[in-house]
Amino acid sequence: MIRYLVRRIVHLAALLAAVSALSFSLVSLSPIDPVDAYIGADVMKVGPEQRAKIAARWGLDKPPLERFTTWAANLVRGDFGISAIYNEPVLTVIGKRFAMSLWLMALAWVFSGLFGFVLGVVAGAFEGGLFDRAVRFYAYLLAGTPTFWLGLLLLLIFSVALRLTPVCCAFPPGVTPEEATVWQRLWHLALPAATLSIVGVSAVILHTRQKMIQALRSDYALFARAQGEDTMGVVRHHALRNVVLPAVTLQFATLGELFGGSILAEQVFSYPGLGQATVEAGLRGDVPLLLGIVLVSAVFVFTGNTVADLLYRVIDPRIGWKGAA
Amino acid sequence: MRAARTVFPGSPGLAGLRLAEALGLGSRRGRWLWAMGICLAVFAAVPVLAWLLGDAGLEPDLLARNQPPSLGHLFGTDSLGRDMLSRTVHGLVLSLRVGLLAAAASSVLALVLGVASASLGRAADGVVSWLVDIFMTVPHMVLLILISFAVGGGARGVVIAVALTHWPALTRVIRAEVLQLRGALYVQTARRFGQGPLAVAATHMLPHLLPQFLIGLILLFPHAILHEAALSFLGVGLSPHTPAVGILLAESMRHLSTGYWWLGILPGAALLALVKCFDILGYNLDRLLDPKTSQE
Repeated sequence: MIRYLVRRIVHLAALLAAVSALSFSLVSLSPIDPVDAYIGADVMKVGPEQRAKIAARWGLDKPPLERFTTWAANLVRGDFGISAIYNEPVLTVIGKRFAMSLWLMALAWVFSGLFGFVLGVVAGAFEGGLFDRAVRFYAYLLAGTPTFWLGLLLLLIFSVALRLTPVCCAFPPGVTPEEATVWQRLWHLALPAATLSIVGVSAVILHTRQKMIQALRSDYALFARAQGEDTMGVVRHHALRNVVLPAVTLQFATLGELFGGSILAEQVFSYPGLGQATVEAGLRGDVPLLLGIVLVSAVFVFTGNTVADLLYRVIDPRIGWKGAA
Repeated sequence: MRAARTVFPGSPGLAGLRLAEALGLGSRRGRWLWAMGICLAVFAAVPVLAWLLGDAGLEPDLLARNQPPSLGHLFGTDSLGRDMLSRTVHGLVLSLRVGLLAAAASSVLALVLGVASASLGRAADGVVSWLVDIFMTVPHMVLLILISFAVGGGARGVVIAVALTHWPALTRVIRAEVLQLRGALYVQTARRFGQGPLAVAATHMLPHLLPQFLIGLILLFPHAILHEAALSFLGVGLSPHTPAVGILLAESMRHLSTGYWWLGILPGAALLALVKCFDILGYNLDRLLDPKTSQE
């Protein structure tokens, strides 16, 4: 297991190196002039000397290869550069924003996992029944629903028509992040997290349902029935523990989609998380921040995949540690 | 299927059942074909409708502002009096165009990379797996934003970003398929009988690969269309005057509290319907082309 982890870490390092080289060359190709992007609307007021100074401050007067080596060397030391739009070190911005997004993603993750699992188990246990058909239809319909449209729908129903939930942001207006209570935070998280959960639930449902059907058709289920267990007993004592693992693994393996969904949900609900920062960085050409987010999100997804893989190996001894990369 | 159904003569359902049989609705296969036909009709109807509606509804009409859905304006009008149905339909045409372009580009990429990694030896396989790994580790939305920024934003940015990021999953499918085919007995037998690699590929491997490829291609569409809409919604790509569904939804966000619900709900529902049509088409084609299920 130690060897597995070491290999995984080496793999991660190589992957990050490739991702950073690739994304750096991509942003260097961009025809959007970073100086123009930084100056924004004041383009006409800035003279050539000032432009040269800004370029020198950001190191833009040097050739791309030298910029890459400097940037990469700083990365290794843990310095991701300074965000142009927030005027703070990139890691500080990402840290703050990620903490906000983590609340959102964690809530959505737990809810979609729980609901998806329960619905999938029940639907699979009564395959072909009315409940199964309803759940399957629901999962099928939601699999293609645009996250942002669903968010809009919830916003219209619960915030505008029913006035139950806040329209935007992470805290009530006029309250600083430090003053906000946990309840206020959760209150503002309700709709964005619901949006992400409702969309994310369908994959877990379909996967769990499939595994449940498989388990109930297995020889050990047949044997248990022959010994006199009824359906509930087979599900509770035999099928359930075989179905939990795939569901949990799937939840870990789809962190990338959760991250992507949170970008859209945060945009709909003006929630000041990492997703919103990603969009800002892309729109306003904040290259250091954009690159930083690419790397951090890659680590996030990679960690999820590794945990999924690890869970399988720890819980299911048949898989073992050999041949794992 | 047909024998299982007993109908008593003279019962009211008989005529309807005969009609259903005549139309081919009696078998699953017939129903799949019908569903696919309806989906294809929807795809054809969208550009035709856009052509019929013309550009008239896209111009501001200040006398007809913020009207709820009615017979004259099925999807209502926006704050400038533009007809939302026209804008939605034009947006869907744009979605179809982007989807077509992206699916074509991504599927060709997937075909080339998948076949190369399965047949050009270990080095090629390593490189392709590595590329797939990279593209799958960065969240798709982040990648889309990064690429559309790299291309310089705009409509071009959206199209290129969507076209260049949808190949990894299909590449894996094709790679696995080719690997499996290469090991298959009939392929090895054909080779032992002295057929050249090209002949083997054309007569024995292609017929197996083609359905997988076709289904993968169709199932790429929904992803591509939704990602195009998402990028436009975030404001990363198209100009705010283009009628694209993502932009319509982003606009409707600004009128949320006014109660003009139709601005966002109806275009989004239309997009969902379009996406679902591609899904239905893909899954039914899959079941139809799969010999195990095709004759039910």
